[in-house]
Amino acid sequence: MNSLAQKKSGLYNLRDKSENFLFILPAVAIFAIFYIYPFYKIFNLSLHEWNGISLNPTFIGLANFQELLRDKIWWSSMGHAAYITLMALTFQNTLAFALALACDREIRLKRFYRVVFFLPPVLSEIVVGLIWRWILDAGIQNGQQLGLLNHLLSSTGLPHLVNNWLSNPQTALTTIALVHSWKGFGWGFIMLLAGLQTIDHQLYEAARVDGAGPWSVFKNVTLPMMIPVILVVVILTILGSMQVFVLILAMVSQGLVYHTEVPVTRILAAMTSSGRFGYACAMGVMFGAILVAVSFAMKTLTDRMKQL
Amino acid sequence: MKTRVFWLLIFTLVIAMGCGGASRDDNTLIVWHWMTDRHAAFEELAARYEAQTGVKVRFELYAPSDIYSQKIIAAAQARTLPDIFGILDKKKVVAAFIESGFVLDLQSYFAADERAWERRLFPKAMSVNRFEAKNSYGIAPGIYGVPIDVTNIQMIYNKKLLKKAGIAKIPQTFDEFLEMAKLLRIHGISGLVSGWGEMWMIDCFASNYAFNIMGQDKVMATFRGEVPYTDADWIKVLDVFRRLRDAGALAQGIVTKANKYAEQDFALGRAAFAFNGSWCVNVYDDMNPDLDYAVMMPPLVNPQRPMSIWGGAGSSFHVLATSPNKDMAVAFLKWLTAEDQQTFLAERTKNLPANRYAAKTVHPVLAAFAANMDHTTHPTIWPVNEQFVVTEVFDKGIQAIIIGERTPQEVALEVQKVKQREMEKRRLRARP
Amino acid sequence: MLNRYQIKSAAKTAGVHFFLMAVAVTCLFPIFWMVRSSLMTQDTIFSDKSLIPAQLHFQNYWTAWVEGNFGMYLLNSIIYTVAVVGGIVIISSLAAYAFSRLQFPGKNFFFYLFVAAMMIPLPGGFVPLVVLMNKLRLANTRIGYILCMINVGLALSILLLKTFFDKIHHDLEDAARIDGCTKLGIWWHVALPLARPALAVIVIFNSLNVWNEYILALLLLNNQSLMPLQRGVMVFQGAHSVDYPVLMAGLTIAALPIIIIYLIMQKQIIKDLSSGAIFG
Repeated sequence: MNSLAQKKSGLYNLRDKSENFLFILPAVAIFAIFYIYPFYKIFNLSLHEWNGISLNPTFIGLANFQELLRDKIWWSSMGHAAYITLMALTFQNTLAFALALACDREIRLKRFYRVVFFLPPVLSEIVVGLIWRWILDAGIQNGQQLGLLNHLLSSTGLPHLVNNWLSNPQTALTTIALVHSWKGFGWGFIMLLAGLQTIDHQLYEAARVDGAGPWSVFKNVTLPMMIPVILVVVILTILGSMQVFVLILAMVSQGLVYHTEVPVTRILAAMTSSGRFGYACAMGVMFGAILVAVSFAMKTLTDRMKQL
Repeated sequence: MKTRVFWLLIFTLVIAMGCGGASRDDNTLIVWHWMTDRHAAFEELAARYEAQTGVKVRFELYAPSDIYSQKIIAAAQARTLPDIFGILDKKKVVAAFIESGFVLDLQSYFAADERAWERRLFPKAMSVNRFEAKNSYGIAPGIYGVPIDVTNIQMIYNKKLLKKAGIAKIPQTFDEFLEMAKLLRIHGISGLVSGWGEMWMIDCFASNYAFNIMGQDKVMATFRGEVPYTDADWIKVLDVFRRLRDAGALAQGIVTKANKYAEQDFALGRAAFAFNGSWCVNVYDDMNPDLDYAVMMPPLVNPQRPMSIWGGAGSSFHVLATSPNKDMAVAFLKWLTAEDQQTFLAERTKNLPANRYAAKTVHPVLAAFAANMDHTTHPTIWPVNEQFVVTEVFDKGIQAIIIGERTPQEVALEVQKVKQREMEKRRLRARP
Repeated sequence: MLNRYQIKSAAKTAGVHFFLMAVAVTCLFPIFWMVRSSLMTQDTIFSDKSLIPAQLHFQNYWTAWVEGNFGMYLLNSIIYTVAVVGGIVIISSLAAYAFSRLQFPGKNFFFYLFVAAMMIPLPGGFVPLVVLMNKLRLANTRIGYILCMINVGLALSILLLKTFFDKIHHDLEDAARIDGCTKLGIWWHVALPLARPALAVIVIFNSLNVWNEYILALLLLNNQSLMPLQRGVMVFQGAHSVDYPVLMAGLTIAALPIIIIYLIMQKQIIKDLSSGAIFG
């Protein structure tokens, strides 16, 4: 290629590339203004001691982070969120996948199921908290169980299972995790269903012609093709579950001792109740860093799995 | 199809851009508050005020209260606070707002005409908004807010349920109360319900008994760090909760109940006793007009000292110091706390008025609440307050006692440990 | 005459249906309870245990609509949802297409930036955002709220769309390019239609987020006439008294439009597979 052609193709390349950049420009612009700036502010404030109101925050360097590392309640709240997330990843997503597989074929009432499973996510967390609170109520009036679950248990011959679901330290967090999973599986369901529907049916045909049984088809055709979608669902589940808090407030108010604390409730407590805005920001930064680390770990894991 | 969607989008964007917020009208006072239950009454009063004086007042409601708190913090940072607003928080936070120049000192207005305005309102209501000379917040002495109602927190009992269990008189001492609770339990009736899913409610109950057991001075000394939380008297305070638990006197799930749900429980006759504030009258009557209930002081643990209860101003409004309409705002607040308006609010929202001359036709139960106003105290008028970090461990520790996870001694040790850590931090920070 | 295979197949289908129905019941029950409560009165709502109340108080819906000023709030919510979702669909599909198919400097950097942004939540990030919006004079405006909400859903939408774009075959695109289509044209005529299932998911997801959002609306907006539907619902949740039947009626009204959007969109996910453009 002579130098003129090279220059021309070089210039063309440059123009081409800047045109391509324009595609992401609106997204980057919005992102820069509405995310980067508040993020910078929070990061900056995490290095200060501030009550959120006074005009001059005091710079204290990394003291907030040092205190945070030793904050036992913070780390146990992290553990609680991790527990809820784990429940969601296993119980919720397995359920969603199973339901999506079931609905992928041609069965009757398919559309009915598709609508019904999405009803829980539609409800706001306050409504979900309210309704489940009523179902899980452990009070007794005039000898009758007030909550629906305890009522059903005691009247169908299982009175020993009657429990103070939300006020018993052993069951409170699990109960909350289950309600959260109930609310969230609809998302996983539609995303996995959408993913399943984009798998070329010819691949299924080919595998069946080769004599593969249903489990083999699942393992060798469905699963590999679904990995990108599964990864997205997993990441979304992790992000959503780690950040749960409105549901907790609606169900157990300010919490059952420290058993139902999660990172976001701690951040809110620091921000409003104790008036330590800087400390709250430090929590936010650390929380974000941990989530990024976890997500990257997941991504490397799935990349490793893809290679297998 | 796609082009239609596209044009729908453009159309929506145009509408969206076209309508912005209304600009501030100089003749309009803007008031921010969180009191959902009173919003309608406020709006009616605003209409009356406009009819009388031509000044427009716009009440803006932001609820629930935790969002309201965030809203005023954001507005403080963005310098967009309205003419009149409430500060739904501890005195420390109010002090922070004053320090940053957001709150107008109303001393001169109250002092005018030989303190005419001040003398019309209950002293206890005023003291919540007052900063005395040499206060621990470093604020210049003055009066920084206007109370619009008065409240206190006591125990309420359900007459019908007590009769059902054969209880003839109300308990005077704590021991009597526990005996009654056991009796109620036999009849399948819950003893005490309260919003102990919320920290401040637990704190209030505990604080009442702390004052009864050891007196205010010793409690203040503890806050200052001179007396440890492991002191025998504090163990006695924590023991109150252990004894309640052991007697089975508490409603199921009390530690996860928001005050709202505890109120509903009592209104629906699910518990014989409740620990709640005078605002409950409105809720109880609303949910169950047939409820037959009355008020009593919490039963004494220590007969040598009086029982103290929390009370004082219910809600207060503050005036923005930098508002161009501050004189108009103060005039409105003065009108709002005048007899007629206070009577209207008291009747409409069943709350105790802040104006002492307005309490003419008051609900009998509210009158009973008001009768004990002299025994009230409030954290906002104490010389010292405990730090939030310590209070949280204390209140959560009480929850742990109630569900049987900890003993009073263990909780006292934990609280003292945190207290010492915080005192140490303060000392280090005080050093230059 | 049923052979073993047919019996087994029938049993399997029955089993699958049983499983699906059981889950469906747990999903339907709370909705059912919500609607049933909305037709009762404050006195009977706790005492009456029947599944279907004797008297149906439909006027609760009217009360909710009027007292909650639903007409105005509903219109606002619709405006916000349409604008935000439309904005996100266009902006994120442009960006996702570029990340998936085009080359430009800093491509990886920006992509991971978006991914990281999605990971790093900003609880409490609303307060600095409100301060910023005030500085930009966008506080208390519709367009300000819309832009903020677009940002909230952007990162996730880009990630989702890129994932789907990556999976699509290049054949159609190459064909279009040979025909002389511009990049933008390929995006509009080829990529978008192919990604319809993913776009439907994004529409549903973001619609739901905008529809149920109320914290940012309360913090950013002052003017009542700009408030979305959730603000109207909140009025029934007093600080102390809760007017349960009217609240339930209000919540039912608030849930309906989203269910309708979902009904429309979920058909999109399925419909396009039979239009075998790729799988042909």
